Amino acid sequence: MAKSLLFPEFKIDRDKERCISCQVCVRQCANDVHEGSDNEDTVLSQEENCVGCQRCVNLCPTNALTVHKREGGFRPNGNWSEQHLRGIYKQAESGGILLTGMGCDRSYPIYWDHLLLNASQVTNPSIDPLREPIELTSYLGRKEEKLDIDWSGEFPLVQTRLAPQLELKVPVVFSAMSYGSISYNAFRSLAEAAREVGTFCNSGEGGLHPDFYPYGDNIVVQVASGRFGVHRDYLRVAAAVEIKIGQGAKPGIGGHLPGEKVTKEISRTRKIPEESDAISPAPHHDIYSIEDLERLVFAIKEAINYKKPVAVKIAAVHNVAAIASGVVRAGADIVTIDGIRGGTGAAPQVIRDNVGIPIELALAQVDERLRSEGIRHHSSLLIAGGIRSSADVIKAIALGADAVYVGTAALVGLGCHLCQKCYTGKCNWGIATQDPVLTKRLNPNIGKRRLVNLIRAWSFEIKEMLGGMGVNAIESLRGNREHLRAVGLSKEECAVLGVKAAGEGW
Amino acid sequence: MKKIRIQEEFCIGCRLCEINCLVKHSYSGKIIKAFREESPRALPRIRVEEEGYLSFALQCRHCEDAPCVENCMSGAMQRDRETGTVFCDEERCVGCWMCIMSCPLGVIKREQKTRRIASKCDLCGGEGEPVCVAQCPNEALLYE
Amino acid sequence: MRDPFRIPSGCAVSGILNLDGKPVSGTHIIRSIEVMHERSNGLGGGFAAYGIYPRYADLYAFHVLYDDPLRKQDVETILKQRFSVEHSEEIPCRKTDVIKEWPLFMRYFLRYLGEEENEDDEVVQVVMEVNSSIHGAYIVSSGKNMGIFKGVGYPEDIGRLFRLEEYRGYCWIAHGRFPTNSVGWWGGAHPFGLLSWSVVHNGEISSYGINRRYLQNFGYLCNLQTDTEVIAYLVDLLVRKHRVHIDYLGAILASPFWEQIERMDAQKKHFFSSIRTIYGGALLNGPFSIIVGFPGGMFGMVDRIKLRPMLAAWKNKTFFLSSEECAIREISPDLDRLVALKAGEVISGRVGERNNYGQKLAVSGV
Repeated sequence: MAKSLLFPEFKIDRDKERCISCQVCVRQCANDVHEGSDNEDTVLSQEENCVGCQRCVNLCPTNALTVHKREGGFRPNGNWSEQHLRGIYKQAESGGILLTGMGCDRSYPIYWDHLLLNASQVTNPSIDPLREPIELTSYLGRKEEKLDIDWSGEFPLVQTRLAPQLELKVPVVFSAMSYGSISYNAFRSLAEAAREVGTFCNSGEGGLHPDFYPYGDNIVVQVASGRFGVHRDYLRVAAAVEIKIGQGAKPGIGGHLPGEKVTKEISRTRKIPEESDAISPAPHHDIYSIEDLERLVFAIKEAINYKKPVAVKIAAVHNVAAIASGVVRAGADIVTIDGIRGGTGAAPQVIRDNVGIPIELALAQVDERLRSEGIRHHSSLLIAGGIRSSADVIKAIALGADAVYVGTAALVGLGCHLCQKCYTGKCNWGIATQDPVLTKRLNPNIGKRRLVNLIRAWSFEIKEMLGGMGVNAIESLRGNREHLRAVGLSKEECAVLGVKAAGEGW
Repeated sequence: MKKIRIQEEFCIGCRLCEINCLVKHSYSGKIIKAFREESPRALPRIRVEEEGYLSFALQCRHCEDAPCVENCMSGAMQRDRETGTVFCDEERCVGCWMCIMSCPLGVIKREQKTRRIASKCDLCGGEGEPVCVAQCPNEALLYE
Repeated sequence: MRDPFRIPSGCAVSGILNLDGKPVSGTHIIRSIEVMHERSNGLGGGFAAYGIYPRYADLYAFHVLYDDPLRKQDVETILKQRFSVEHSEEIPCRKTDVIKEWPLFMRYFLRYLGEEENEDDEVVQVVMEVNSSIHGAYIVSSGKNMGIFKGVGYPEDIGRLFRLEEYRGYCWIAHGRFPTNSVGWWGGAHPFGLLSWSVVHNGEISSYGINRRYLQNFGYLCNLQTDTEVIAYLVDLLVRKHRVHIDYLGAILASPFWEQIERMDAQKKHFFSSIRTIYGGALLNGPFSIIVGFPGGMFGMVDRIKLRPMLAAWKNKTFFLSSEECAIREISPDLDRLVALKAGEVISGRVGERNNYGQKLAVSGV
């Protein structure tokens, strides 16, 4: 085989003064980077295999290791970046599509970082969340335009029957990550944490393992183009059903779980033979138009006796506002929009990095469009794709989201270091892998605790920010763009976001 | 009495328990010194057993009916009346290895100090969480 | 000049209602609001009076402010498209030591020409059309047998300017404003009116952005950018269109907390949780106390954690609402009963009904 033109992406510095040759790094690396020498006192490293996941660095008991980006490999060039050159070398050698994992890592503008929040001063007292209640409870689902109430009796009687709702104690939901793309333990961590904090996790498109049926009240199940593991009990056990049309990381294309990941348990969950490839087609082959979507929405509603909300997830693409409006009219109780920075277990890099639009813009447009059409209350808006902190959450809500999905942030909470190698199945952190040596590295008891802590911490921060604005219920911030101001954005961007420039008053 | 409980489903085979045990029972108690400067190097009193993807860390179970205590001719191997911990009084150990021969789990080792003595888990003196439990990165060992 | 910004302001509010429906002169309300002089800063004051036009009781009484008298023609053209003008006149004013200049105020008594059933909606549309499209003219009030008088100045001076002592009404509401800017526009003073609603308000609505967008969904355009406008439209939407009982408006506009709802019995829990699920966009957040006048009565309400003051009092057949007790005692030193409104509570009074004395429906302990 001809010599590869690639060279290692990372440099491993082993401090000889500190290394005690304990071999922890050797035992932890699934990529066989570290190797004990015959002479037991030294450890050697094969840098070309390193993916920069930092597992060895984290576990090294003497802090002898540093893994960093290898500098100076390519001659600096403003046009031909390292990413482009590496891509060309890899493709010239392999002849294939470049794969990657997690969300888009290009430096497109992140609008969250250009939006600033308001606070009360003098004319309006801010509220201290340590002394006064501040409410984050939110309901997702179709809302009636008005309630019919019988006022004649001793106490008023609501006569309107409310559409089914999802009750969220915190407006943060764990986004769709299938068992298959992530490990059993990772999924268990999410499900247990969702139950503990009063929110939901999403099964992704890979069915629901029987062990997780008891968590059904906190699980949204997905029906995607592959229809893996979809059957009556699956639909009925869940708190809501989400039809997945598209994913922010790979709008317009399907999915592929390679056969080697289809273990016995996954085959049982997805209802496909062991070791067979699980291929989700790019479109649903029974949905070639919006009226077909309506049929699927109502087929599912029939199957679950209209007892639970049905969501439809679409990727944020150029015409997202009009599409979302169609989705609402097709009967979706919740519309999920996933932006370009949304994560994935595997996607062609060129798609992930170049297709779709940022979620902030999509959200602002969809919310405005639905309001101008007078149908905003027909559906709740759940948004996904690059929520990194409580500040992003609260800004999303002020822009008009009912709640946000977090996927990457939850995985980072579990230990993910964003090495973007999920598609290899060799996740050293035990998250995106089915290898039993690796999956046991994620103890779901720890995972649950970390996720619960994370969501708690965010909810404290959200309460602080709400209180500062003099708002004691999250619904008073929802879609309240008066509390947002833009810095460093063009007029057009401000207009698309529906937000005034910082410095402008009311 | 509190014991170390092993959750083998979460043991990641990193062997940090062995390393931390060794450091704890070294002269200096400092990791780099213990490994690079102390001679003879201290021995870990815990051992990770592995086969395939399964692994778990094994140490003295402090049996209720401990054969090592039973068979110790010098009375070095004994049970702490208060804590229930089985430990070896190094002053009295004569290195006859009856304990090693009678231990059903093979968790007692020969250790070269000033002379050869039997070395085994002492639950880090019985005060607080043993170091193998406290430092396990995946909480595969519990002290309860 | 149209005020382009929403101006936070602190304020004084006061209201008097005769529960027998007997008309009283405007002198009392002027005395009441004058006591709270320090709560306003001379940049806005106003009054709403009910029962003042018994001769034209069936007709819409439009009070129109003309910053630019040349726009009179335009407004009247619009009005005549839908109404016949039965009577019109300039609202009589008197020059005082304090207010020496004022814009033109006209009042029109109008008979609606179209179908009866959407009468109110048509009126709302006309008001929205004039107020958003005709620069220099502004419809101050548009109800029946009621009128709003307001302007730039201390409320007592505005009252004297409009010669309110000469009017006799069964319900009077007053407002003294403390805006945080110096822009003086006569239309920006309060009360704010739509149809026969009149709203005076002390506070700042931090949920304004979403309340405004919520109302857009139902065709209300908030073009004045004032909090009070939003409150008036919400009250109109909820009471007139959604048929919500006034005494329960607090359940929507200042709803109890989820933890309070959790502790209620099943029926109440269902009521309040349904309301909060459906009407989240109508929740008014931030500090406020408001008095809303309507034909035959008025009600007062405070925000859900009571950040602004409001008291209700009863003496014989008179019902009072006010920011401060002194403003009530000024007109009626002895009272049968005086209560401070609890957080989220609505206390109402209606002509011909028994006194409800308040607090019956209060959920909050605040």
